[in-house]
Amino acid sequence: MKFRPASVLAALAVTFVASTAIAETNLTVYTAIEAVDLDRYKATFEKAYPDIKINWVRDSTGVMTAKLLAEKDNPQADVVWGLAATSLLLLKSEGMLEPYAPAGVDKLDKRFVDSANPPSWTGMDAYVAAICFNTVEAKKLGIAAPKSWKDLTKPEYKGHVVMPNPNSSGTGFLDVSAWLQMFGEKDAWAFMDGLHQNISAYTHSGSKPCKMAGAGETVIGISFEFPGAKAKAAGAPIDIIFPEEGSGWEAEATAIVAGTANLEAAKKLVDFSVSKEANEMYNQGYAVLAYPGIAKPVEHLPANVADRMIKNDFEWAANNRKAVLAEWAKRYDAKSEPKS
Amino acid sequence: MKHETVTGAAAAPMHFEPQAAPKPGYLVIDQLWKVFGDFVALKGVSLDIREGEFVCFLGPSGCGKTTLLRAIAGLDLQSRGSIRQAGRDISSLPPSKRDYGIVFQSYALFPNLTIEKNIAFGLENARRPKQEIQARVAELLALVGLSEQAKKYPAQLSGGQQQRIALARAMAVSPGLLLLDEPLSALDAKVRVHLRHEIKELQRKLGVTTIMVTHDQEEALSMADRIVVMNHGVIEQIGTPTEIYRHPSTLFVADFIGETNQFPARMIRNDTVGLAGTELACASCEVAAGSDVNAVIRPVDIIPHALDGREDIKTPQNLIDVTVTEMEFLGGFWRCRLSSPRLGERVLIADFSINAVRRLGIEKGGAMRAELPQNRVLVFPKAA
Amino acid sequence: MSAVVSALPAGRAPRLQLSSDDVVRRGLMLVIALYLVLALAAPLYVLLSKSMSTYRFDLNAFEIQRSDDSGTAFGPARTVAALNADAKAITDAELDTGSDGRLSLTKLYEDFSFRSPVKYRIRGTTNDAAFLVGSDLKRGTDWVEVDSNTFRRVVLRPGRSVGFDNFVAYFSTPSLAQAIWNSVLMGAISTVLVIAIAFGLAYALNRSRMRFKGLFRLVMTVPILVPSLLPGIALVYLFGNQGLLKGWMMGHSIYGPIGIVIGSVFFTLPHALLIISTSLSVADARHYEAAAALRASKWRTFWTVTVPGARYGVISAAFVVFTMVITDFGLPKVIGGQYNMLAVDIYKQVIGQQNFEMGAVVSVLLIIPAIAAFFVDRIIQKKQVALLSARSVPYEPKPNPGFDWGCFAYCTLIAAFILTMIGVCQLAAMVKFWPYDLTPSLKNFRFDLMDGGGWASYYNSIEMALLTAVFGTIIVFTGAYMVEKSDGFRAGRSLFQFLAMLPMAVPGMVLGLAYIFFFNNPANPLHALYGSMAILVICTITHFYTVSHLTALTALKQMDREFEPVAASLKQPFHKLFFRVTLPVCLPAILDISIYLFVNAMTTVSAVVFLYSTQTQLASVAVLNMDDAGDVAPAAAMGMMIFYTNIAARLIHAAVSRVLLSRTQVWRGR
Repeated sequence: MKFRPASVLAALAVTFVASTAIAETNLTVYTAIEAVDLDRYKATFEKAYPDIKINWVRDSTGVMTAKLLAEKDNPQADVVWGLAATSLLLLKSEGMLEPYAPAGVDKLDKRFVDSANPPSWTGMDAYVAAICFNTVEAKKLGIAAPKSWKDLTKPEYKGHVVMPNPNSSGTGFLDVSAWLQMFGEKDAWAFMDGLHQNISAYTHSGSKPCKMAGAGETVIGISFEFPGAKAKAAGAPIDIIFPEEGSGWEAEATAIVAGTANLEAAKKLVDFSVSKEANEMYNQGYAVLAYPGIAKPVEHLPANVADRMIKNDFEWAANNRKAVLAEWAKRYDAKSEPKS
Repeated sequence: MKHETVTGAAAAPMHFEPQAAPKPGYLVIDQLWKVFGDFVALKGVSLDIREGEFVCFLGPSGCGKTTLLRAIAGLDLQSRGSIRQAGRDISSLPPSKRDYGIVFQSYALFPNLTIEKNIAFGLENARRPKQEIQARVAELLALVGLSEQAKKYPAQLSGGQQQRIALARAMAVSPGLLLLDEPLSALDAKVRVHLRHEIKELQRKLGVTTIMVTHDQEEALSMADRIVVMNHGVIEQIGTPTEIYRHPSTLFVADFIGETNQFPARMIRNDTVGLAGTELACASCEVAAGSDVNAVIRPVDIIPHALDGREDIKTPQNLIDVTVTEMEFLGGFWRCRLSSPRLGERVLIADFSINAVRRLGIEKGGAMRAELPQNRVLVFPKAA
Repeated sequence: MSAVVSALPAGRAPRLQLSSDDVVRRGLMLVIALYLVLALAAPLYVLLSKSMSTYRFDLNAFEIQRSDDSGTAFGPARTVAALNADAKAITDAELDTGSDGRLSLTKLYEDFSFRSPVKYRIRGTTNDAAFLVGSDLKRGTDWVEVDSNTFRRVVLRPGRSVGFDNFVAYFSTPSLAQAIWNSVLMGAISTVLVIAIAFGLAYALNRSRMRFKGLFRLVMTVPILVPSLLPGIALVYLFGNQGLLKGWMMGHSIYGPIGIVIGSVFFTLPHALLIISTSLSVADARHYEAAAALRASKWRTFWTVTVPGARYGVISAAFVVFTMVITDFGLPKVIGGQYNMLAVDIYKQVIGQQNFEMGAVVSVLLIIPAIAAFFVDRIIQKKQVALLSARSVPYEPKPNPGFDWGCFAYCTLIAAFILTMIGVCQLAAMVKFWPYDLTPSLKNFRFDLMDGGGWASYYNSIEMALLTAVFGTIIVFTGAYMVEKSDGFRAGRSLFQFLAMLPMAVPGMVLGLAYIFFFNNPANPLHALYGSMAILVICTITHFYTVSHLTALTALKQMDREFEPVAASLKQPFHKLFFRVTLPVCLPAILDISIYLFVNAMTTVSAVVFLYSTQTQLASVAVLNMDDAGDVAPAAAMGMMIFYTNIAARLIHAAVSRVLLSRTQVWRGR
């Protein structure tokens, strides 16, 4: 390493800051990442930044988003690390995020960074829509595996498809938003009309359809790849199918909450969240990373998951969310009591 | 509502002024009113109770006697008026600042405390040494004659024993005033008679001023030094048991205490009253001649004579020849129904001693002569 | 006022001097009343006002300037309202929206093209007017200049006002209005079924001489010990697509009305049974003797004596069951499938869509039938009291082998139903991977690997239940004592009594939501409670206040009213009487209240689901969340943990009661 006066100054400044800040900084971090990952992420970060401690507040995406919005006038969090980008865009539109360009942001895939400059959020990894298909039950019923989204409207799947309700599940909205972007509005609603005929249940949670497929409660669960891999590892007889039209996806992302009292520490956390080291850490569960070129294949998932991802317009999704959900509810909620 | 209290003498003032003790009374109640919503429970009641006296509040249910007791205890605050005890105005003091012990109909013994703990309840405070409390409890237990029961719980005692424990508990702190709220009405008849005597004895021994509420005239007559007869929220009469019985100042009192024959009548002179078919000499009174009255005589005051009997007749003009239409043996005496043309449709009820019935040969269907002594024929104006 | 009262002499009524006891008593009553106001009345008020909050785009609040094709020369500033008056592009109906509504502006310009060089300037006319450029929030009266391409991304945000629009909107949404009908229908069907079943049980338990009555009574209370979600999970394992008894469904799906009804029968049965059993057990034997003397047939006696005698109990139980079914949220969430129920709607509106206003609307709608049921029940309760006289003779059934065996068979059937539901959850919790790998395993008890809070949530639940039992019992009993044994202060006491009865009529979800609105407001000094264990305890105590309060009142009413005057006349402070006499005598009731609060705190979901935080996750909510995430077997396992805990608590309660009672209640025996 070459000796440079600037780095000496920076080192001095860090020492100064560290010595004036008598104790370590505590960051309140809101997240929706999997419960099993919490300790690992915390440990890895705190090893890199020993003077900053993370206090996790974790819940599901929907609850976390609701909680953040509810705390709009009195934010409790310093940083959001691991929440859907669409949710962060909602927060951004409420003026709740502090724009910040973390060191190394330019290395990230552009799809994983907020379009504004400086960006309000930066991505970590993605979860990608997928179909969980129970091979044992399918064999019993003599059903072939679907290859595309449009296949799911075939009559042979009637009563054997479960998908998350977009009004309560982020994954469900991800699917609907992806279909609308892929097929165009008219065709997408026509597709969903057809799909609705085959649906046996709309679940509240995004991973439940896949777990239901794993347990044989349904044959086909529209979900995303992560619970599929997990169920398969637990012994569920399922195939994880990525439809050929492409899959909707959602980025897990990081952002600083505007008005935080610990801005410096928050920035360090965001710096870390986009680093190569952090991305390798995400790779243990997620096949698609914001940092291109380093992803290793995840067990039970194909290596090319990233190629299946459609071009997703998060801003469109956030701004049209209410209208889309209202339309969806109008079409399918009203008819959603079981047919006798 | 207008209430006239007219007796043979002058209209008695409600405020009783004891002649024997001109000094201010121990408990002075002045113009007490109590209103519950639209219902007036006490209407300007005034009363003066002397130290050491045993006073009974007597009256039918709803007459205001319990309300008056609860006002004295500070449990139901009066709407108007004042109460003074031992020279101290206690009108607005809370119960805990007043000086009395109280025994309720239910006894209100603490079920989870032993007899001695119940009695000691009021004695326990920081300053009093334990031995002193124990000595006092033992003394009180001995006083009510229940020393052996000290370790028992209330549920293990009879009703009468519980009553005595409640009394001992109330007396433990040596209050200046003892309030008894129908203390005997939950007991059976025999125990009641026995306890009447005991309570009276205890009261006399301790000399504590006592007020007892009761609806049982016998209880009041046998225990009280003075009886306060109440009805509809007013005091009808205050007096010793004999005064109340012999000289009821109102028709209500006459009727409530003991039994009466009542005849609608008209005043003829101040000592003569006219019934439907006859005239009777009566105790002289100041009711205007010609006004409508009730003539009253008690069954026990009627004197039986043989048809030809001439001896011992005090009021010859009030002799009525009657036929005995009905006789009922009531243990201590005979109750006879007597009829006479002079009484019209009305029946005269008379209680004759077994002795007299035997002596005069009175029998059902027989004829006899009944004397209504002049001073026992009482006249009350008809209520306006 | 009548003439007699006007005869009262002029002057002022004397006022009772307050003793220090009175001051303390009134102070305590005020403290507890204040608690109820803060924990109940104020949140409900905020909820109501929230349900009336509406959002509407105010077109007069924004101005736009448009340039010519050069992009430099701007035309005059015009309000959006004026522009729309010309273009008629935005209908009035489109202006009504929710808190996160957005309104695009391009349609105001018929000739709009995002490729054109025309530029736009936009600003608010007030400082509050807000709009978005993309997702950047702009506020205030400064002009913001954008090109045509960016103008596509400009959307307006609505302003807030107060009105009934949310209710109108709710009823005009077909799916939501359907939910009301569904809830009422499920409530009605379940009620009819439960009442019929419970009446049969109560009849067998009170009017027969069958064996094992005690055991049956015990089994019938089992559903109280588990969260209402557990029957849903059991039904999935019994009748789901991989269910043990799937064939019994004859092709129908358990997800939906069938599941809701069966599950509702399960979790409301103990409540209905308790009420009906009470009304049957107090029957007057003299009526039966009269019927026998008149040689009435058994059937005729049943309809002319038994049914009328129990009718108030039946009506009362029906209202309780109906209210429970329509306000329960756990069961339809698990087994309801696509069958929309009102209570689940709240959850979807709030958690799914962050639509707090609409959640408040549904809450207000849920309160209405609950309050109606509450008042009808109160009226009936009063009548029932009058029905009983002190002279009633308890009815003693005579042996009748045929009838007794029939009753036994019937009770066995129902007990088997209850035990099967619990048993299947136990089974599901203990196998490796249902239905493909049935080897026994404790894998499903490794909660730390699942969403929902792990084992910590279980320990949180125990902590919460203990705190609720301890503080709840203290608050409830003290409050009941002050109401029952204080003199005077009538207005205060009746207000207190009203507040104490109110929680009965407030469904848990409504309470939870009201708490969010009330406590999660930075302006509220109690805001610090939000997200803490304390708020869960407060919410649970409040939720179960009424029944505890009534239990305490019943016990206190049995105490001699004259104890307090006696103690006062003996110059002893009330607290001495309270601790020496009242408390020991009421101990059985106090223990009952504490176990009631504990068991309910362990199983409750509906209120706390809105209030728990990451540090205070609860076992009952974990059941919900794990099931929600598809981890059904671990959810069953956690449900069983709650069940075991409640059983243990019951056993401890029984043991403690026995020891304490033997020590303090010796006086009860002669």
